[in-house]
Amino acid sequence: MSEGANSPADVLFTVDIGRLSDLKNAGLTQPVGSAALDQNIPSQMRDADSHWFGLTSRARIIVASRDRVEKGAITSYEELADSRFEGLICTRSGKHPYMVALTASMISVHGEAEAEKWLAGVRDNLARKPQSNDRGQVKAIKEGECDIAIINHYYLALMLANPEQKPAADSIYVVFPNQKDRGTHMNISGMAMARHAPNRDNALKLMEFLASDAAQQMYAELNGEYPVKSGIPLSKDVRQWGDFKRDSLDLGDVARHRAEASKMADRVNYDG
Amino acid sequence: MERIRVRLHYGADVWQLSVAVAAVVAALPVITILGLSFSPAENIWPHLIETALPRYVGNTLILVVGVGAAVFLTGVTTAYLVTTFEFPLRRQLEFLLLLPFAFPSYVIAYLYTDLLEFSGPVQGLLRHLFGWELARDYWFPEIRSMGGAILLMGLVLYPYVYLMARASFLEQSPHYRDACRLMGRSHFRTFLFVSLPVARPAVAIGVALALMETVNDIGTVEFFSIQTLSVGLFDVWLNMNNLGGAAQISMVTLTFILILIGVEYSGRRKARFYQSSGRFIPTERVALAGGFKWGASLLCLLPVLFGFLVPMVVLVGNSVAYFDQSWTPAFRSYAANSLFVSLTVAICCTVLAVVISYTKRLHRGNVPLALSRLVSMGYAVPGSVLAVGIVVSLGWIDNSLDGFFRDRFGFSTGLLLSGSAFSIILAYVIRFMAISIGNVDSSFSKVSTSIDMASRTLGYAPFKTLRLYHLPLIKGGALTAVLIVFVDCMKELPATLLLRPFNFETLATHIYQAASDEQIERAALGALFIVLAGLIPVILISRTISSSRQLFQRSG
Repeated sequence: MSEGANSPADVLFTVDIGRLSDLKNAGLTQPVGSAALDQNIPSQMRDADSHWFGLTSRARIIVASRDRVEKGAITSYEELADSRFEGLICTRSGKHPYMVALTASMISVHGEAEAEKWLAGVRDNLARKPQSNDRGQVKAIKEGECDIAIINHYYLALMLANPEQKPAADSIYVVFPNQKDRGTHMNISGMAMARHAPNRDNALKLMEFLASDAAQQMYAELNGEYPVKSGIPLSKDVRQWGDFKRDSLDLGDVARHRAEASKMADRVNYDG
Repeated sequence: MERIRVRLHYGADVWQLSVAVAAVVAALPVITILGLSFSPAENIWPHLIETALPRYVGNTLILVVGVGAAVFLTGVTTAYLVTTFEFPLRRQLEFLLLLPFAFPSYVIAYLYTDLLEFSGPVQGLLRHLFGWELARDYWFPEIRSMGGAILLMGLVLYPYVYLMARASFLEQSPHYRDACRLMGRSHFRTFLFVSLPVARPAVAIGVALALMETVNDIGTVEFFSIQTLSVGLFDVWLNMNNLGGAAQISMVTLTFILILIGVEYSGRRKARFYQSSGRFIPTERVALAGGFKWGASLLCLLPVLFGFLVPMVVLVGNSVAYFDQSWTPAFRSYAANSLFVSLTVAICCTVLAVVISYTKRLHRGNVPLALSRLVSMGYAVPGSVLAVGIVVSLGWIDNSLDGFFRDRFGFSTGLLLSGSAFSIILAYVIRFMAISIGNVDSSFSKVSTSIDMASRTLGYAPFKTLRLYHLPLIKGGALTAVLIVFVDCMKELPATLLLRPFNFETLATHIYQAASDEQIERAALGALFIVLAGLIPVILISRTISSSRQLFQRSG
């Protein structure tokens, strides 16, 4: 960021809505007018001012032990704070962007006070101090350290494809949370054109290519993500989990509550 | 002669000027942090004080006290045993006790996690033996914890104390001890009331150095999810996107460091008072009998076993088992990056150190000495703190330069320094200058000043004198400096993580990345490279081990 006008970058890529909006707010991006981008990427997946564009979307799902958690025992994010699950839940750090985005969505839906109560409730239910990454949580369920975890869906797809990690992935089942109300929390990976992009034309070509059928198909196939463009076939494992209702909350809203969500994790000492 | 020695109008020359420039560059990051911490973009201070900061400070304190106790106990006990008593394998152990130095603390943390976590071989064997299935079926100590971090850091950092204490025990006049024993005191009381107090300053230096490394660490504490000040700095900068907040946390970290520098400095002053005078009298070691004999061997063997042998076996095993997946073109490019950066820095540091040491020799005033001390302060600044200072100051310099050239000459110089390997190189040079200055200083001090006088009488300018007479004589010390700095650069993690340009990985960041992806085994080969390189300074130190002068420099 200190690089300012002199940055050699053309296109910036990052995961998480928070990081994308940080780029925009810091004045590092420029608006891009492109019919192809507007047509291929649904409006809730791109910035209203055309600064950033989503490339893939990922569901923050709940996974639960096949052996120890009855099907239907947990169906929503709200229930994670339920005292029934005391000592049974594993997550990564509450300050990680994926967790922060989920907390931010809870703030959007329930307001700050309720969301903080929820986060403190989840903290009370943790089986262990937040650690490791999303794959590590699945492993911990297999090993019996916890029964329930929150992860990004594509990690599970990647684990199923890896012979060493498949046994852990096979020990859990997938829950798309909040199907009866607002739907499952989604986050995105995305791109933006650097404000002082030296090669503007090529940058635009790259961005349009990444939103095209060919590139979107690759994202779906290789990383198990949900392409932003409609009509692209999903990878085999992801397809078998079926269709689900997605939270249609404006991602800009999530981004706005992000700083508060991060501070909330400090306040309830989520990672303590 | 005057033609070569460029005199500036106020009496300074190029030598002094170079030292002054080096001192300014070395001090710039810390000054920048000071400035930034008083004018952050969004003042996160109230939030931090109310929530996370007490935790960061508290955890850092616990870690520092714990590691301090661990390195003190291990280092002093082993040093006392090998210097005072005779027991089986004593000579070998005297050298072997240095080996854990070769392991960076994050590597040993990753290795022991691999070994002791649920899916590791130790718990696997226990489950197999006792028929347990799940983690909740039995209790096993959690390696990813404060206790685990203290033990593991203690295991690789105690050699600082061991080295200092050993030198001090060797230098102590045996008369003190003999007198105490003659008065009928036991070995233990003699140790407690005579030997240890005399060695205290040296031990304090060793502990202070070990604790500076502890505060510097990010790999271990992050992996074990212990919220220390360095974890907080990473969080506030990278997750909360608040560089000013990171600068504020840096100030708190620097307070810790200042206390440690104080301890070290007073240790060095007292060490001179207690030890440098007097004749060296070789001590007769007391032969231990029976159980004590083997007990002493065992006590000295434990740190070697857990601090070197066990992790080395795991490391070599994983490196071999995962060689095909590890030895990739990408891996080779990380190794090339590490080698390039480390070698560049090692050479820069040593050349600068020669300039600085030689300037002190040419001008015996206080100014070059003070500036040289200032340059040497970098070793105490944690890598993450240094990174904050460098990012901000380089960004500012680049944009000012660019603005100047645009205004005056109508063209852009672009980004000369930021976002390139240069910022990493600068960070390393600042951080490791102290090592090269220490080594080169000590080599210079062995060269008689009559050589300088003779050379100058022959009409040779300072540079020619340096080239013809000094350089050949200080070659050994300079080479040692190159090697030790090289190895420290290979290990460096916190500054590299924060400063590396896009798509630029070193072996250290590659290991860190593999560990955060929970694929520790893939990191083994890179770690093995680093540890093998780390053995070089250990061997160098062991060769000069009885020379106390060498031991008073920081190394490894």
